[in-house]
Amino acid sequence: MFNLNAIYALLLREAKVYFREKERIVSILISPLLFLFVMGRGMVSGTSPVPGYTYQQFIFPGIVAMVILFTSITYGLYIIWDKRLDFLKEVLAAPISRTTLFIGKTLGGMLGAIIETLLLLVIGAGFILPLKALEVALCLAVCLPVSYMITNIGLTIGARMKSMEGFGLIMSFLTWPLFFFSGALFDISTAEPYIKTISLLDPITYAVDIMRIIMLGKGAFSAWTDLGMIFVFCAATTVIGVSAFGKLQQEK
Amino acid sequence: MAAIQTDNLVKRYGEVTAVDGVSLEIPEGEVFGLLGPNGAGKTTLISMLATLVRPTSGSALVAGYDINRQSLDVRRQIGIVFQEPSVDDLLTGRENLYLHSMLYGLPRSEINGKIDKMLALVNLSDRGDSFVKTYSGGMRRRLEIARGLIHGPKILFLDEPTLGLDPASRKAVWNHIRELKNAHNTTIILTTHYMEEADSLADRIGIIYKGRIIELDTPFALKKKVGQDLVFLTGEINEEALKKLPFVNSVEQENGHYKIGIVDSGKNLQALLNAGGDIKEVEVRRVTLDDVFLKFAGQKMSEDAEEHAEGIFERIATIKTRR
Repeated sequence: MFNLNAIYALLLREAKVYFREKERIVSILISPLLFLFVMGRGMVSGTSPVPGYTYQQFIFPGIVAMVILFTSITYGLYIIWDKRLDFLKEVLAAPISRTTLFIGKTLGGMLGAIIETLLLLVIGAGFILPLKALEVALCLAVCLPVSYMITNIGLTIGARMKSMEGFGLIMSFLTWPLFFFSGALFDISTAEPYIKTISLLDPITYAVDIMRIIMLGKGAFSAWTDLGMIFVFCAATTVIGVSAFGKLQQEK
Repeated sequence: MAAIQTDNLVKRYGEVTAVDGVSLEIPEGEVFGLLGPNGAGKTTLISMLATLVRPTSGSALVAGYDINRQSLDVRRQIGIVFQEPSVDDLLTGRENLYLHSMLYGLPRSEINGKIDKMLALVNLSDRGDSFVKTYSGGMRRRLEIARGLIHGPKILFLDEPTLGLDPASRKAVWNHIRELKNAHNTTIILTTHYMEEADSLADRIGIIYKGRIIELDTPFALKKKVGQDLVFLTGEINEEALKKLPFVNSVEQENGHYKIGIVDSGKNLQALLNAGGDIKEVEVRRVTLDDVFLKFAGQKMSEDAEEHAEGIFERIATIKTRR
C-alpha cells in the first residue's frame, strides 16, 4: 500500500520547490505579522483574558495557529496548480497508489508548516513573548497533527476544484472564518453563545487553545480535550482526503 | 504474446462517445501508429491503456496485465510521453529524471548512471543541471522522452511526440524511436497527425475516426488501396474510358481536375494519356499517407456532413409541410 521510496521522492520534490520559491515563504507570513504587530500593538485598550500578559502576548499563540492554517490550506490548494502545470499527470501515471501520493503530499504540507511556524516562533520569542526551548519544541510537535488535518482539507478541496479561480473563494469562505471563529483574537469561554457554538466545530479552536496552554499556561479547555479533538479531525480528514484522491482522474 | 490486446474498449464522457468499441492486437516489438483527426479518440484510447482513465466498458491486456484490475502492474511495464509537456519547470532536468526513477522504484545505486546515459541519448548532457523553465520546447520534449524511457519500459506510449517541434528536433526524435525499436525491441504506440511521421516510423497504422478504427494495415498496403501513384489531369477528359483501363484504381473529380489512382505509372502512363481524351495538363506523384487518410477519414467526414445536411433539409421540409 505504501511505497516509502516514492514518498521520499515526493517529499524531496516538495522541499526543493518550497525552498526555491522563497517569496512564498515570506508572503505567507505577512498577514499574521500584520495581525500580531499592528492589531496586537495598536489595540492599546485591548486587555488579555489571561492575567499577567499583554493583549499582543495573548494573541500570539493564535497567530501561530493562523500561520499553520494559512500555510497548510494554501499548500493543499496548490494541487490545482500542479494539475494545470501537468506535473500531476506524471505522478498520477506512476506505479504508486493514491494513498502513497496522498501521504507524500500531506508530508510536504507539514514540512512547509513546520518551517513557517519555526520562523514565527523565532520572531515571537525575540520581540513578544520569551519562550523556552521546550515550549518551542512542544509547539512544533503540535504543529504536525494540526497542519496534517488542514493540509488534508486543502488537498480534498483542491482535488475537486478545476481552476485556480476558486482559490479566492476558499480563502474568503473557509480560511478566514476558520481563523476568526477559532478564538485566536479573543477568549471563547466568555464569547457570545452563537460564536461559541460555531467555535466548538472549528478545528482551529483546539489548535489555538493548545498553543495557548503551552505558551501561556492557560486555555479554555484541557490539553487532553484539545489533543483528542485534533486527532478526531485528523482521522476524519484522512478518510475524506484519501477518497477524494482515489477519484482523482486525469482530466482531458 | 501480444504486447497489447484490447477487447471492445468503450469510453463515454456524458453523451459523447470518445472511444467506441476498439478491438486491437499489437504484437511485441511493433511500432503502431494511431492516426486520426483532432478529437478522434487517440488520446483517450492511450489514456485507457495507460490506466489513467477507466474504460466505460470493455477490457484490455497490456504486457499481460488487465488494465481494469492490475493497474499498478501495467504502469510498471509502460512509459508515457504526454501530448502536453509534463516535466516539472521548477526542477532541473536531472532532478526530473531522478524523481521519476524513484517513483518507478529503480535501485538508488543505479539511478545516477542511468540518468547520465539518458541525458546523453537525448543530447541534453550539458543542460542536465539547468532548470527546465529555461529549456526550449524541443528540449522539454527530449527530456520527456528520456523520462519515459529511463525505467526501461516494455511498452512506450507516445502521444504526438513531435507536436510543435522544429524539423531538426523532429528528425532527432524519430531517430531515437527507431533506435529503441531496433536495440531494445520496445513496443511503441504512437499517435500523430503527421502522415510523414507515421509513414516513416510505423510498422502498422490504424486510422481512427470518431472513436472507431476504420482502417488498419501496413503503410504500404494502405497506400496500395488508394493506388500506388496519383495522376492529376486537366482538360476534356473521357472519364468512362479511363475507368475501363485495368490499371486504374479510382477516378475522382475535384477542383476542376481529375485525380486518378493507378498502379505502376512508369509502364502505364502512356496508355492512360492515350485513352484520356483532350488533356491540357498532367501531373504525376507517389501516393502518400495524406492521400490514404483523406480517402478513408475524409470519406467518413463528408458522409457525416451529408447526413447532417440531410437532417437539416428534412427538418426544414417537415416544418414546411406542417404549415
